[in-house]
Amino acid sequence: MYDVLDEAVMTLTINGEERSFSGLSDLAALVLSLGLDPRKVAVERNLEIVPRSAYGATALSDGDRIEIVHFIGGG
Amino acid sequence: MDGTTHTETQDDTWTVAGRTFTSRLIIGTGKYKDYAQNAAAAEAAGAEIVTVALRRVNLSDPSQQMLVDYVKPDRFTYLPNTAGCFTGEEAVRTLRLAREAGGWDLVKLEVLSDPKLLYPDMEETLRALKMLIAEGFQVMVYCTDDPVYARKLEEAGACAVMPLAAPIGSGMGILNKVNIGLIIEQAKVPVLVDAGLGTASDAAIAMEMGCDAVLMNTAISDARDPILMASAMKHAVIGGRQAFLAGRMPRRIYGDPSSPQSGLI
Repeated sequence: MYDVLDEAVMTLTINGEERSFSGLSDLAALVLSLGLDPRKVAVERNLEIVPRSAYGATALSDGDRIEIVHFIGGG
Repeated sequence: MDGTTHTETQDDTWTVAGRTFTSRLIIGTGKYKDYAQNAAAAEAAGAEIVTVALRRVNLSDPSQQMLVDYVKPDRFTYLPNTAGCFTGEEAVRTLRLAREAGGWDLVKLEVLSDPKLLYPDMEETLRALKMLIAEGFQVMVYCTDDPVYARKLEEAGACAVMPLAAPIGSGMGILNKVNIGLIIEQAKVPVLVDAGLGTASDAAIAMEMGCDAVLMNTAISDARDPILMASAMKHAVIGGRQAFLAGRMPRRIYGDPSSPQSGLI
């Protein structure tokens, strides 16, 4: 039988940009697939902060709006 | 006298939100050529606190330079700001993310109004402060040099008030010394002169007036030699602070000879 969980393509809006992913299990997988160091970023999913410790337990859904931010220089 | 000299002031610390610091110079981390120059300036300034901004990561180039790799958070206390926020809601959202990114609650609130003047919107700043206090943040507040608003911020729970010397990035020095003096006189929380300082003497004047610390970015980053200016600012802040502690001589309108008038040949 066709395994929707493995093959499902989902579209996420990340930092205002639409991107499609397949087979993403959770937020931890997304951060890694983007090449980011989870220790250096903070993540908001649909306007809710996701604590770093919860990335692995946070499932993603099609249409989620994700913000990934970090510290940059500023006055 | 007990024979000790009083030329060092290492024990002269200041405390904000329960955290004690020796350096009275906080520097921004914007506008530098690169983060390496920024880190060198922070070292030359002897800074213990640096302000930082929070922005989206660049997804197209995740390998780009990151501030935390140069101006290291284990060496400098990060003071996340709300630069670019124009409402209390934006400020709260930004600082919640900053708290998650860095794990601390000491923050700098700035809610600006007019993008040309970069003056704080004090009505919205006060509203945002109350929202942040309710969420458990320790808030250092950038404000106008209005003593009435400075007192309102303090009453609302600000852990420091930070009146501007002049508009952000203007380099004009303290425009209203009377107001800054009034704010220093009335405040029971630390007062930091933030924004608008242009050169070392401006920083010294602020410290001689008795403020607890100064915060600057452009005065260092836009100097021809930012590292040398960072060092100049360090010395100016120490000099100004020591002069404040030493207590200046009274001003006189007539001269007063320094050499004895007796025994002249």
